[in-house]
Amino acid sequence: MDQYTLNLLFVGATFALYIGIAIWARAGSTSEFYAAGRGVHPVTNGMATAADWMSAASFISMAGLIAFTGYDNSSFLMGWTGGYVLLAMLLAPYLRKFGKFTVPEFIGDRFYSPTARMVAVVCLIVASVTYVIGQMTGVGVAFSRFLEVDNATGLYIGAAVVFIYAVLGGMKGVTYTQVAQYVVLITAYTIPAVFISLQLTGNPIPALGLFAEHTASGLPLLERLDQVVQELGFAEYTGAQGSTLNMVLFTLSLMIGTAGLPHVIIRFFTVPRVADARWSAGWALVFIALLYLTAPAVGAMARLNLIDTVYPNGTAEAPIAYDDRPVWMQNWEVTGLLTFNDANGDGLIQWYNAGSESFAATAAERGWAGSELSVNRDILVLANPEIANLPGWVIALVAAGGLAAALSTAAGLLLAISGAISHDLIKGQLNPNISEKGELLWARIAMAGAVVVATYLGLNPPGFAAQTVALAFGLAAASIFPALMMGIFSKRVNNKGAVWGMLAGLIVTLVYIFLHKGWFFIPGTNTFTDADPLLGPIKSTSFGAIGALINFSVAYIVSNATEEPPQEIIDLVESIRVPRGAGAAQDH
Amino acid sequence: MAETPSNNEYWAANIRLVTWSLVIWATVSFGFGIVLRPLLSGIAVGGTDLGFWFAQQGSIIVFLVLIFFYAWRMNKLDIQHGVDEE
Repeated sequence: MDQYTLNLLFVGATFALYIGIAIWARAGSTSEFYAAGRGVHPVTNGMATAADWMSAASFISMAGLIAFTGYDNSSFLMGWTGGYVLLAMLLAPYLRKFGKFTVPEFIGDRFYSPTARMVAVVCLIVASVTYVIGQMTGVGVAFSRFLEVDNATGLYIGAAVVFIYAVLGGMKGVTYTQVAQYVVLITAYTIPAVFISLQLTGNPIPALGLFAEHTASGLPLLERLDQVVQELGFAEYTGAQGSTLNMVLFTLSLMIGTAGLPHVIIRFFTVPRVADARWSAGWALVFIALLYLTAPAVGAMARLNLIDTVYPNGTAEAPIAYDDRPVWMQNWEVTGLLTFNDANGDGLIQWYNAGSESFAATAAERGWAGSELSVNRDILVLANPEIANLPGWVIALVAAGGLAAALSTAAGLLLAISGAISHDLIKGQLNPNISEKGELLWARIAMAGAVVVATYLGLNPPGFAAQTVALAFGLAAASIFPALMMGIFSKRVNNKGAVWGMLAGLIVTLVYIFLHKGWFFIPGTNTFTDADPLLGPIKSTSFGAIGALINFSVAYIVSNATEEPPQEIIDLVESIRVPRGAGAAQDH
Repeated sequence: MAETPSNNEYWAANIRLVTWSLVIWATVSFGFGIVLRPLLSGIAVGGTDLGFWFAQQGSIIVFLVLIFFYAWRMNKLDIQHGVDEE
C-alpha cells in the first residue's frame, strides 16, 4: 500500500472514531453539549482539556521552532506549561465558584458593567482570531503534505474541513471525543519520538535520550549536536543567543496568556466542585507534559537527523547530490515548503548558515555560493518520521495526530468566536429580542467570516504557526488575564478601572504587534521588524507581559481615582473566595 | 456573605501558600532556566548544563508537583477552616 493511501486510511479512521463517539455520547446525554465536563472525573476532564489546549502550535510547529533555534525557544516549553500554575492558583477555583459559563459574563458581573462585558468580548475575539490564523497555517501544512498538493491548496481544503467540523459544533463539546483526540494525538507524537530516540541513543524514553549518549559518535547527544551545527556555521544549539530580557518577557507572556485564553478557562467553569477545579488543572498539565517533555527531544533529534541526511559522511565531506535526495524531500518539495536552489551549480545540496560572517571564509573555500536548502520550520514534526526512515504507518499516524490537534482547537476557537458575537454581542447588546433561529444564523455568519479572514491571513501568515499563536497569547495576557485576576484578588478595582485597564492593555499591545507584523497582519505595512524591534530587544511576541503590566497599572490608578465598588460587589468577591456554597454552574 | 474571622484567616493562609508556590514557580523557570543559568553552568547534565535541563525539562516537572501540592493543601485548608463544599 502506498503512503498516500495509508495517510487517507489513518486520517479517515480517526475521524470516523471521533464522529462515532460523538453520536454515541450525544444519545446518552444532551446536556453535555452545553457543559462539557460537568459530572466528569478530574482525570477525564484533564485529558479533554489537554486535547482542547494542544493545537497545531504545540503538535506541528513547536518542536520545529526549537530544532532550528535551540535553547532560546525553551520559552515555548516553560511558557505553555507554567501558565497552568497561574490558572490553578489564581483563577480556576474562583471562577468555578462564581458558576457562570463564559469569561465576558464574569467580567460583566464582577465589574457591574455591560461595557466591561463588551470590552471583554472584543478582547476575546481579537485574541481568538489571531489564534485561528496560526491554526490555519498548521492545517495548511498538514493538508498540503498528506494530500500532496501545494501549500495554498492545502490551506483552502483545510479551511473547508475546519468550517464543516465547526458547524457540526457539538462534537467539540463532547468530552469523550476529546479524550479520543488526546489519545490519537499523544500516540502519534510519542511513537516516532521513541523510535528515533532508540535509533540515536538506545534509550526508549525521548526525554532521557535527549541527555544520553549519541551511539554513533560516542558523545552526549547535545554535545554532538552543538558540534555539527557549529561546523556548518549555525549558532550553538544549547547556548543562549538572544537577549535574556526578551526571553523572560516572552516566557511570561505565554504563561499569563495561557491563563487568559477563554477556551481553556471555560473548562474549569463546569467541573463538579471547586476542589475538582484545582485537581483538574493538575491533571491537564500531566497530559500536556507528556507531549511537552518529549518535544525538546523531538526537536534536537530531528535537527541532528536532518544534518546527517544532507551530510551522510559528516559535515567535513561533500553533501548529498540533489539527484540522490531521499523520497521525503521530493514529497515535501511538492508543497513548496522545502526548496532547493543550486546556487553554485554543482548539483550537491549545500546547507549551512550563509548569514554567519565567521563561517563565510570556510564556505568560500569549499566553493559554496549560499545555502541551497530551505526548510519551513512547521514541516519538521510531520517530516520527522520520514527523515528517520520509520515505517509508513507511523508517518500516517503522525498525519492523523497533527490534524486532530489542529482541527479540534480551530473548531473550538471558531465556536468561541461565533458564540461571543451571536450571544454576547448581538443578543446581549444590540438586539435582545432576536429569535433563536436568528441567533444561530449570526453564529454561522460569524464563523464563516472568521474562517475567511483567517484563511486569507493564513496565506501570508505573520509567522510560523507557533509564533502566530504566541501573538494571540500576548493579546490574551494583556487584556483578559489582568481583569480576571483583579476581579478576584482586589475589592477596590471598579468598573471604570477594569474597562480602561483592558482597553489600554489590548490597544497598546495590538499597536506594538501591528507595528512589527503589519497593520491587521497585512504583509508589508509594518514599520519595524522583530530583528530590530522598536523597544530595545523586546520582540512583538514578548510584548504581552508589558501590556499586562499596563493593564494592571491603568486599572489601579483609575479605580483609586474613582468611587469604590458597591457593597454587593464586595460581597460577591468575598463569596467567590471561599468554596462553600458553590452550586452547579448555571446558564442565564 | 459577611466577612468572618475564619474567612480572613483562610484567605491569608491561601495568599501565603500561593505566594510561596509562585516564588518556586518563578525560581525554576525564570531563575534556573533563564537568568541564573550562567551560575549553574558548572553543573554538567548530559552534554550541557543544569540550566538547560531546567529550561526544557525541570521546570515542567516542578510545575506539576506545585499544582498537585497546592490542590492537596488547599483542599485540606478548606476543611480546616470549615469552608469546604458540603
